Amino acid sequence: MPSREPVPLRNEHDIVAARQLVRTVAQQLQFSLVDMTKLVTAASELARNVLVHGGGGTMLCETEHASGRDCIRLTFEDSGPGIPDIGLAMKDGWTSGSGLGMGLPGTKRLVNEFQLDTQPGRGTKVTIARWK
Amino acid sequence: MDRIPILRMGQCLLITIQVDMYDRLALTLQDDLTAKIYATGAKGVLIDISALEIVDSFMGRMIANTSAMARILDARTIVVGMRPAVAITLVELGLELPGIQTALDVERGMELLKASIELAQTDA
Repeated sequence: MPSREPVPLRNEHDIVAARQLVRTVAQQLQFSLVDMTKLVTAASELARNVLVHGGGGTMLCETEHASGRDCIRLTFEDSGPGIPDIGLAMKDGWTSGSGLGMGLPGTKRLVNEFQLDTQPGRGTKVTIARWK
Repeated sequence: MDRIPILRMGQCLLITIQVDMYDRLALTLQDDLTAKIYATGAKGVLIDISALEIVDSFMGRMIANTSAMARILDARTIVVGMRPAVAITLVELGLELPGIQTALDVERGMELLKASIELAQTDA
């Protein structure tokens, strides 16, 4: 099962490792292929955000079981510059960098729960969850 | 260093992406591919992504950029082998890969490429 410790996201290879961790956990919980693909893709998007916009950080992978259902909860944290305008960052088509502007709103569509916590100068924390 | 092999089949180049993509690998692939199109005068590029379990916006952008680079070097690109779960995820993510031609598998992609190359040659 996943470690209770956050895994580091310092370089591209850490993104690949983070994806593999999420995939392994989703397989253990017997998520459907589509659910697993969505969650791993969402994790990949957020891990890249941590690296590109936050200058590196961590991902925590947790599992939950409630009302007979399993859930994977992922928390991405960085201590980068934060997001000055959340409304803008959540708008489809908007990008601060070289992306396609699909990052946050697109990622939100791939999961059941999405929570964004950010303050300018204090970093960003994004928590997502996908229920089986 | 990791490298994605580019195979030549007549006037076409075949790329099979079998590993998790990361930035440097993608950039190396774009370098290698543009150099190979230039050196061989290839008219078509087939990118096989059947081994990819996910395509995120970074990889999508990489595929779109590679295709655009090939296009302005007079080679057209067809992406083949996308898994159904990947297609579902990409559309929900909002990444519909406009301008990218696709085919279900390598065989159909190759037929499509050959037909379009022949058409271009007849026109010329």
